[in-house]
Amino acid sequence: MELQFIFSQFLSGLTTAIFLFLIASGLSLVFGVLRVLNFAHGTFYMLGAYIAWQVVHWLSPSKEAFWPAALLAAGAIAVLGLLVERLMFRYLYDKEELYQLLFTYALVLILGDAAKIVWGTEQLSVTRPPVLEGSLRVMGTLIPEYNLFVMILGSAIAVGFWVILTRTGVGRMIRAAAMDREMLGALGANVGWLYTGVFVVSSFLAGLSGALVTPIKAIVPGMDVEIIVEAFIVVVIGGLGSFWGTFLGALIYGQVLSFGILIFPRFSIFSVFALMAVILIVRPWGLLGRPLR
Amino acid sequence: MSRSLFDRIPWVLVIFIIALGIPWLGSKYYTFLATQIAILSLFAVSYNLLLGSAGLVSFGHAAYFGLGSYACGLLMKELGVPFLIALAAGGLMAAAFAAGFGFFCVRLTKIYFSMLTLAFAQIVWAICFQWNELTGGDQGISPIPYPGLNWLSSVPGLDGFRVGDYFYFVALAVVALCIAALHRISVSPFGRMLMTIRENPERASFIGVNVRAYELAAFIVAGGFAGIAGALFGIFNRGVFADFLYWPKSAEVLIMTILGGMNYFWGPVVGTGMLVVLNQQITAYTEYWPLVLGTILLVLLFAFPGGLLGALHAGWTRLRSGGRGVRPGA
Repeated sequence: MELQFIFSQFLSGLTTAIFLFLIASGLSLVFGVLRVLNFAHGTFYMLGAYIAWQVVHWLSPSKEAFWPAALLAAGAIAVLGLLVERLMFRYLYDKEELYQLLFTYALVLILGDAAKIVWGTEQLSVTRPPVLEGSLRVMGTLIPEYNLFVMILGSAIAVGFWVILTRTGVGRMIRAAAMDREMLGALGANVGWLYTGVFVVSSFLAGLSGALVTPIKAIVPGMDVEIIVEAFIVVVIGGLGSFWGTFLGALIYGQVLSFGILIFPRFSIFSVFALMAVILIVRPWGLLGRPLR
Repeated sequence: MSRSLFDRIPWVLVIFIIALGIPWLGSKYYTFLATQIAILSLFAVSYNLLLGSAGLVSFGHAAYFGLGSYACGLLMKELGVPFLIALAAGGLMAAAFAAGFGFFCVRLTKIYFSMLTLAFAQIVWAICFQWNELTGGDQGISPIPYPGLNWLSSVPGLDGFRVGDYFYFVALAVVALCIAALHRISVSPFGRMLMTIRENPERASFIGVNVRAYELAAFIVAGGFAGIAGALFGIFNRGVFADFLYWPKSAEVLIMTILGGMNYFWGPVVGTGMLVVLNQQITAYTEYWPLVLGTILLVLLFAFPGGLLGALHAGWTRLRSGGRGVRPGA
């Protein structure tokens, strides 16, 4: 294999990884604080994509419609997350974990069909915003400017996240909740609003990543369950609830998928699940996670 | 717990005899529904040995269902193996895989257990989906021959039924035997010990119980019976497809179990019956079955967390206490 080819494979893996990080970080954040794997996270992502398409469609003659569309989509999904958490989800916090999981699965079923009713089952797509239409040549490989933009944005969000988590009061609360949420409540923190806030931020990220993926991937029904399984693998590899773990997990997943296709073309899906199984067997709390208490 | 008269009734036998009468209604559709309910009931009851008895939330039970149907289907179609042997092989195959996977799964707890069962199930799915030479890939295996059941028509009183009816009789008998076995297991000392482990695994290990060994045994038994259910379903469906072991199938069996009531042995059967009938009724009107299913699930979680049988039980208790509002279990 030539170096250039390897590099271009590496880049495609990296693009996958940044998207997965954007999606999985919200999933991991909610798990860290609420201790629930949110199946509906992928559905929020899909709805973000559909809403972005819808806004672009409404503003259609305008070429720069993509930007407001992406922001509106992320905002709309954040509001959806707020409603879901305040009106329904929080009444299940004192119930068994299984019921909370099933609640998020019920959302997958309901919202997935709702999207089908509103937008149909045909593929929809959004063109790249004109500012980022070109490509850059790096080491002989063409990289679309848009992919580069997403990589930079994703990294910026990662850094921003890390700053919030380690340098602010809210971040301290989130880390405390991940460690021992009962103690945090006992110390007088307003855990209820912390949960709501975390759920809203996570929904915002899901909606944003859904909107950002539209210029690269077609919007189709079923993209929600496809992505949620991938995001599960990422957070399991990196460590459920661990921030840098999610980042590392996404990088590994992207590369395994990207090179796995070359080595065993038919068994690339197999290889990522096998990786997930091996991690769970050897180190169930993931590469950078901590054992749950 | 004293055994009341209610508990002394051999329910498996009673339900088997009632269900046996369905082909006499003369409707192909009723037999079709009843076969599906019977087979999926076995799948759900096997799942509840994990969920209800042992408190283990598996996200990958479809793997064993699917493995059973692939093994049985391939043996019958490619090698012409007789039905009963292929059926047993399906169950054994699923149990063997459950033993291998379960060995690792029971080492984990809670969400990690669930995630590992999911990972293993998806591995099996990925292999079955892409190994075209053996499993037919996304085309699956079909048609699977019906077992030769014409000898049933020479049984007095059973002549003149359709092939589907004969298969129903046989499937129902197999299901009844398996459910009876699962019932014996769940009320046996072994089953009681699973419940002890579910309630307090730490205490169980302190009194000298090998928690992992018990959980593994439950995993293997549940997997094996799921394999038998899968084997029957493959024949009923006239084909085996990779969907059988894809994760939504695992979610489906979980929902069936919760819907009926995971704290009751018959809960999964009630849940399966309700879901299959509703599915048939609703998909006749609309393609949006997931929307309906999701709504049912929401109502269940918020209004009847104990499932249908849980709600009935609570209602019955209130009625008997003269409406004084005594809550079940209080």
